[in-house]
Amino acid sequence: MKYLDEYRDGDIAAKLVERIRRVQTKPWVIMEVCGGQTHSIVKNGIDHLLPGGVELVHGPGCPVCVTPLEMIDKAHAIARRSDVIFCSFGDMLRVPGSDGDLFSIKSRGGDVRVVYSPLDCLKIARANPDKQVVFFAIGFETTAPANAMLAWQARQSKVDNVSLLVSHVLVPPAIEAILSSPENRVQGFLGPGHVCAVVGYTEYEPLAARFHVPIVVTGFEPLDILEGVLMVIEQLESGRAEVENQYSRVLARGGNRPAQELIARVFEVSDRKWRGVGTIPGSGFQLRDEFREFDAEHRFSVEAIDTREPAVCISGQILQGIKKPHDCPAFGTECTPQHPLGATMVSAEGACAAYYAYGRHLKDADLITIGDGRR
Amino acid sequence: MCLAIPGKVVETFSNEGMHMARVQFGGVTREACLNYVPETRVGDYVLVHVGFAISRVDEEEARRTFEALAELDQLSELDAPVVEDGRGGAL
Ligand code: SF4
Repeated sequence: MKYLDEYRDGDIAAKLVERIRRVQTKPWVIMEVCGGQTHSIVKNGIDHLLPGGVELVHGPGCPVCVTPLEMIDKAHAIARRSDVIFCSFGDMLRVPGSDGDLFSIKSRGGDVRVVYSPLDCLKIARANPDKQVVFFAIGFETTAPANAMLAWQARQSKVDNVSLLVSHVLVPPAIEAILSSPENRVQGFLGPGHVCAVVGYTEYEPLAARFHVPIVVTGFEPLDILEGVLMVIEQLESGRAEVENQYSRVLARGGNRPAQELIARVFEVSDRKWRGVGTIPGSGFQLRDEFREFDAEHRFSVEAIDTREPAVCISGQILQGIKKPHDCPAFGTECTPQHPLGATMVSAEGACAAYYAYGRHLKDADLITIGDGRR
Repeated sequence: MCLAIPGKVVETFSNEGMHMARVQFGGVTREACLNYVPETRVGDYVLVHVGFAISRVDEEEARRTFEALAELDQLSELDAPVVEDGRGGAL
C-alpha cells in the first residue's frame, strides 16, 4: 500500500538508528504517549535497536486500559438488561469487570454487538425500535469526532432509542500530570500522531515551554518512530524544547477544524478518572446539556459501583513511565492477557500486554528459539 | 485504539445527509464518513479511524519526508558506520 510499506524500509531504519547513535551523547528517557506507538515499538523491537543510552518508556495512551473499572461495571450492568442492545468496539469485549466481561454477558444471553463505527448504532437502533441501543463511547481525541457524530446524528434524525455511555479522555492533561509528578523521569515525548490529526498540536506548545521538554508529534510506522526519536534527541542534545511535527504527511499544526467544531458542539471538558492513575482535572469529555437525553448514565441511572484493583498491580506507575512491566511480580505469571489483573494488560495496546505478546516475559534463552518478531 | 489506516477513496456518495465514501485498504473496501474532510476527491488517500476519515494524506509531503529519509541513507553511507556494541540490526 502507498505510504505504508515505504515507512517500514529496513535499510533506512538501520541508517536512522546509526544517526541516533551518533547524535546521542547522554542518556535520555523518552515517552511515546500512544498505545498504538507502544505496540509498534515492541512488535518491531525498536526499543532494542536503539543505543543503550536511549530508554523508551510507555505512556498512558491506551483508552481501553485507562477506562476505569467502575465504568466497565456500569457498562456491564446496562448490557445485562433485556431491553438493551449494547454496542462496543471489539477491544472492550474481553476487559474484565468485577464480575465477568462482555463476552460472558453475551454468552448468557445478553445482546452485545461489536461495531466497526459508532454510526452502525444508528442502523441498529432504526432496525430495533423496541430496544434501547447503547454505545460504549470510549477513546481519546482521535475517536471523539466519530462519537460526536453519533450523538449529533441521533438528535438530528430523532433516533431516540440510542444513547452513549461516555468515557472519553484527553492527552494533554495526562502529559501535564506525568510531568508534574515528583517521580517523573520523562525528558522528551513522541506526541500522539492521530490525536493531533484531529485537534492539532497548539495545546502541546505551552507544555513544552513550561516543563522544558521536547514534544515531537509522531506517526506509527517504524521509520516514523525512529525519526521521531531522532528529532527528540537532537532537541535534547542541543537544549531545545519545542513542539515539532514528524507526521507532516498527515497533519498540520491546527488539526482538523470541521472535526473540532462538531466535538465542541457535542462535548464539553470534564474531570475524568483514569484507571490506575486516578482523577485528572479537565482530562476528559462529557456530553453537553443539550445532549443529556442521549447520555446512557442519565437514561439508565446506574448507581456508583465500588471497585477494588489488585494490590500487586503497578499499572498506574507503568502508565506514567515510572516503571516497566518487568518490575511487576505478577507479570506473565498471575497476570496474562487471558487473565488480566490490571489496566495495562487488558488491551493489546497496553504496555504489559504488548510485552507479553512479543515474548518479553520469557528468558533471553527462550527468545532465541522463538525468533524476535522483527521484520 | 487510536490507530487510523490510510486508504484510497474509490467512490463518494451521500447517505442520510452525510458525505460518505468507499475506501480501499489493500484488498478490503469499507465505507467511511467524509464529513470531516469535505474537500476529498476520488483517488485521494485518507486516514480512516472507526469509519471516519480524520485527515487526508498529503502525497507530496509523504514523498518529501520519505526522500529526506532516503537521503539520510546516502549521507550516512559516506561516513563509515561506527558500531560499538554490536546491537545494530535489521528491522
Ligand atoms: S503485569 Fe498485570 S498486575 Fe502487573 S502491572 Fe501489568 S497489568 Fe498490573
